[in-house]
Amino acid sequence: MLSRVANSLYWMARYIERAENIARIVDVNLQLLLDIRDLDEKRLVEYWLPIVQATGDEKEFFKLHPHATGKAVTEFLVFQPENSNSIVQTICAARENARMVRDQLTLELWEELNRLYLFVRSPQARQIWRRSPSEFFQEIKSSSLHLNGIINATLVHDEGWWFVQAGQFLERADKTTRILDVRYQTLPERGVPTIVSPDNALEWTAVLRSCSAWDAYKTIYGADVHPRLVAEFLLLSDNFPRSVRFCVSELNRAVRRVSGVAEGHFCNDAEKLTGRFLAELQFSGVDEIFEIGLHQYLDETQIKLNDIGAALFNAYIYQPFESPDGEHMVQQEEQQQQFKSAIVNHKS
Amino acid sequence: MLKKYKINGGFDEMLDGKSSVRAHYRKFHKLFASIKPSEFNARRQAVDKAFLRQGVTFNVYGDAQGAEKIFPFDLLPRIIPSQEWEHLERGLAQRITALNLFLHDIYHEQKILKDKIIPEFYVLSGKHFRREFVNFEVPKGIYIHVCGTDLIRDKDGNYLVLEDNGRCPSGVSYVLENRRAMKRAFPGMFEGVGVRPVENYPQELLKCLKHIAPSGVADPTVVLLTPGAYNSAYFEHTYLARHMGIEIVEGRDLFVRDQRVFMRTTKGLQPVHVIYRRIDDDFIDPTVFRKDSMLGVPGLIHAYRAGNVSLANSIGTGIADDKVMYYFVPRMIKYYLDQEPILPNVPTYLANEDSDKKYILEHLPELVVKAANESGGYGMLMGPKASKDEIEKFRKLIIAEPRNYIAQPMVYLSQHPTYCDGKFEGRHVDLRPFILSGEKISIIPGGLTRVALRKGSLVVNSSQGGGSKDTWVLY
Repeated sequence: MLSRVANSLYWMARYIERAENIARIVDVNLQLLLDIRDLDEKRLVEYWLPIVQATGDEKEFFKLHPHATGKAVTEFLVFQPENSNSIVQTICAARENARMVRDQLTLELWEELNRLYLFVRSPQARQIWRRSPSEFFQEIKSSSLHLNGIINATLVHDEGWWFVQAGQFLERADKTTRILDVRYQTLPERGVPTIVSPDNALEWTAVLRSCSAWDAYKTIYGADVHPRLVAEFLLLSDNFPRSVRFCVSELNRAVRRVSGVAEGHFCNDAEKLTGRFLAELQFSGVDEIFEIGLHQYLDETQIKLNDIGAALFNAYIYQPFESPDGEHMVQQEEQQQQFKSAIVNHKS
Repeated sequence: MLKKYKINGGFDEMLDGKSSVRAHYRKFHKLFASIKPSEFNARRQAVDKAFLRQGVTFNVYGDAQGAEKIFPFDLLPRIIPSQEWEHLERGLAQRITALNLFLHDIYHEQKILKDKIIPEFYVLSGKHFRREFVNFEVPKGIYIHVCGTDLIRDKDGNYLVLEDNGRCPSGVSYVLENRRAMKRAFPGMFEGVGVRPVENYPQELLKCLKHIAPSGVADPTVVLLTPGAYNSAYFEHTYLARHMGIEIVEGRDLFVRDQRVFMRTTKGLQPVHVIYRRIDDDFIDPTVFRKDSMLGVPGLIHAYRAGNVSLANSIGTGIADDKVMYYFVPRMIKYYLDQEPILPNVPTYLANEDSDKKYILEHLPELVVKAANESGGYGMLMGPKASKDEIEKFRKLIIAEPRNYIAQPMVYLSQHPTYCDGKFEGRHVDLRPFILSGEKISIIPGGLTRVALRKGSLVVNSSQGGGSKDTWVLY
């Protein structure tokens, strides 16, 4: 498989997953605010700012908006063209990557991604968003799930598919850590919190719902929400498909299927780092994590995931495939494809 | 819906001079009559929507939003009867054969020049004549593997050749997609009318590409080299690659070592044997042609010369697209094949011949003047529609560089009923069949019918109100 193709498939998957996660985070926060009483502007910022911080784009945000108001944050995360991680921009990026490798995709996959792209760029998308944000997010979320289904059910599960898996699970693991980190300011720096206020419990429920984990959590732990259990579930569960451990385990499988190297061995840094991180997750307890401090631990986790991404790149892609710059694009456009009209100059 | 359609002068594809439906349109006409206007509209909209969803689009340049548009598609097919098509096939095969013999000759013995059939000066001064490739053996001796010849019909319905596109002819993906759309819109008609299928074009193309693989390579790796996703024909490149089951590569995916071409894959470097390139000669290798090319592959030409990789089309076919060479194609047919041309040219005057030049300069307001090496609307004068200033500008250009200009009389184009704002009106059409030249010559039945959608307009460009139709060749 061409390195450039592997690269595009990987990023297509990451961007689809990213769009879905951002949609869930914003959606849940909007709903959470409906349940919290005595909201003034200051308190609203306390709910919206962490969302921006979670995406890691705080700097870009404050370049464009003076205050983290609900309106500013949702605009930034949903439509803002200047924010390369806004939902609309990530969907455009996913579609652009898909377009680069159109020949590798099935018609079903391309059509659905293209449909989503046409939807988010249509005036209708804004209308739906204004009328009912949750309907808008539902559209994004269900399309992403639909795309995942199509990827699994129509693409050949060959090398390219495993690159898609790698991209998807790496992105998902990263986003789970970021969602889990949203409420870190309500936690002590180290150790497990002893008291959980009702508002607090609502907030942690929101964290679970942002990961589509609320139903699953309840069946395992009951309706009693405690940050310790939430963290345990979202980090260490071995069978919840959005937990970090589950994602890293899938990532591990994907990188091994790409290279064909057996479990317990490695032939490149991506496999080494993934395998090592998986072992750590498999043999960690949640109390140890709170001893380090959840925020600190999540920070380190994100760095590990970034390193794995970089190692994958070094192992398989070698050279950066950036979007072509101005001159490069002009040359691409100017290549004559001998399609210009032949009868342009002939009269009736 | 078609009942109200009237001829408005000129040659009409569907109706004859007495306004009765031509025999080869009758079956279609009858079946079409049973479709209600509302039903027709619903199908038309469904087809447009499907094209947009599938991304059967071209890029609009200079649009910051990166807007893509669909190439407008008209649901009324152009129909060609069997005998007429077989006549076209013979003519096109004759022409491509002569052109390939011509290219082989001018890059080798140059007999046609020595025999003074074509003045030597015209070939040697051609902008796209690649003297570096004289005496170079192209694989299997084929220069033009894929040709998209433009045909038009004059006021009496005679087919004329307007242009031979022997470099990177584009548009075949629309032929295939249009057919798919028609089958979905009017599934019942195909059986009733009896239409020759076009679907095996990708297989034929792949066969043709494998045919020219370097000798000794049993199972050649074929790739399609695209300028990239920002090219207007990118959809077509991915379409063809997908349907041939080959990789689509950009210049940066390829790498040359020891005069061999490799592609960069996740498993390291893999050898490449045949390249269907959709990049102009000028851009294909920055170490040989344009140094500023960012699309090409450094060293590719060395590998090509060493015989380790084959290119389709070959380097240097651009000379056959020179409009001055076009003038000589009937002579080539006579010289190489000892036959009369089956498909005539549009009458052409060469500005470099004194008597022709005199005629051109005296009749500029009536003529179409074309630059020899530009395509489409560039470097062109449409006498009857031009201002005095434009005419004078071209007069100066022609006098300064007569080698670079030809002139043709305005041609009466045939018309075809086309759906426009709720009714059917006559619109001008041309036809681009696609000819493949490999082990044998194969031509896709029909080709791309392009239509000028604006009333009275002769522009069939996609960006200027042009559209296309499905082309049905009957059994």
